[in-house]
Amino acid sequence: MEQGTKAETTGTLRVKRGLAEMLKGGVIMDVVNADQASIAEESGAVAVMALERVPADIRAHGGVARMADPSKIQEIMEAVSIPVMAKARIGHFVEAQVLQSLGVDYIDESEVLTPADNNHHIDKWAFTTPFVCGARNLGEALRRIAEGAAMIRTKGEPGTGNVVEAVTHMRRMNREIAQAAAAGDDQMMALARDMGAPVELLREVAGAGGLPVVNFAAGGIATPSDAAMMMQLGCDGIFVGSGIFKSGDPAVRARAIVEATTFYRDPEIVAKVSRNLGEAMVGIEIDDIPAGQRMQERGW
Amino acid sequence: MLALQGDVREHARMVAASGGVPREIRTPTDLEGIDALIIPGGESTTIGRLATLYGLVDPLRGRISDGLPTLGTCAGMIFLSTAVTGGDQPLLGALDMMVERNAFGRQNESFECELAVEGWEDAFPAVFIRAPVVDRTAPDIEVLASHEGRPVLVRKDHVMACAFHPELTGDDRVHRMLIDLVA
Repeated sequence: MEQGTKAETTGTLRVKRGLAEMLKGGVIMDVVNADQASIAEESGAVAVMALERVPADIRAHGGVARMADPSKIQEIMEAVSIPVMAKARIGHFVEAQVLQSLGVDYIDESEVLTPADNNHHIDKWAFTTPFVCGARNLGEALRRIAEGAAMIRTKGEPGTGNVVEAVTHMRRMNREIAQAAAAGDDQMMALARDMGAPVELLREVAGAGGLPVVNFAAGGIATPSDAAMMMQLGCDGIFVGSGIFKSGDPAVRARAIVEATTFYRDPEIVAKVSRNLGEAMVGIEIDDIPAGQRMQERGW
Repeated sequence: MLALQGDVREHARMVAASGGVPREIRTPTDLEGIDALIIPGGESTTIGRLATLYGLVDPLRGRISDGLPTLGTCAGMIFLSTAVTGGDQPLLGALDMMVERNAFGRQNESFECELAVEGWEDAFPAVFIRAPVVDRTAPDIEVLASHEGRPVLVRKDHVMACAFHPELTGDDRVHRMLIDLVA
């Protein structure tokens, strides 16, 4: 028998969405250097997000936040065997081209960075590298999927250590998916208009009772209980940004959040891993963030 | 299905569609009463770490060596092996072979192809995502499919492993092989 295969196809929808499927039930951690990346990997992270500064520092420093230095990203890629993601500014397709050329495994078109285009998100179909994008509701998620996003995450409010916005976004997503599933065919176009969603994708959601891609929680997750709550609300996995490396003992907290994400339905385990974690990152009340400085309002 | 992390849901769908009743395994007590085991795709370092921490490694080794029909896909293949090229991570050692992680490269090199499988008339739609390959196997391991001369679907008695993801396709032939082993 002839061993082997015919044509290989890279960058297919199945391959792009598939990697996100493999990350399910896991924790993706923000890291700014090789040491942090190794700590994340040893703690059981399924992937790391390489960036120049964690969101809490971006918030504190102000100014324009951009894609990280390629040498920094490469240093992180060389330090770990798990997938490495990196952030490009909303609409900045050249930053995305650079990240693809570096060989990162996923690109996050992220509101944590300063948007580069007020009208257009990146045309993500043009890339082999898959993209993850933030969304506050079903319409926003489906607009990003229509542009080629292969993974969705809640926006939450990054760099705050405050989970309330991620909860709001996830509950709204669940409510709107249920609404779409309950709506008749004759209501679909009006619903698509109200949500600003492409109608074909909305039909797909209504039929399947869920998004066609994986949806992770992000933006304000700081404790094992935060992670377990987002999982119980139906998220597929967890992004932790500032919550780990802005805390007192990052390795211990990282391991605890990984375990709480796997055993999210078992409060005894969540209690066990929550003991003696040291100082959590100092949180920010959402109402204390001046209007115009909320990262979740970036992009549409 | 070992449900510590990974694409458990996709395997559950395949099992249910093939007439099985999927169950999630997170602790040793969950292993009671199962007829077959699937170790899903995911991150093998994460799965290995959690399995060690929650005391699953020895019970899994015991059940598999007692004849529990087992399938590992991608990360599951790595976890079933005895050695990983250049790596040091917890492994079950159920298949005497050395596996190379991310053997095709990073995500940009992930691909789909039609894979010829020993004894099957039609090719299998194989999805390789940051996939491993088998570097060396013990002589008693049967190689059922290879890509570029390197084994990607192997079997020894009741234990099977593949480097690709049958659970992401509509093709249930690999899963049926497992279910057929449940006598």
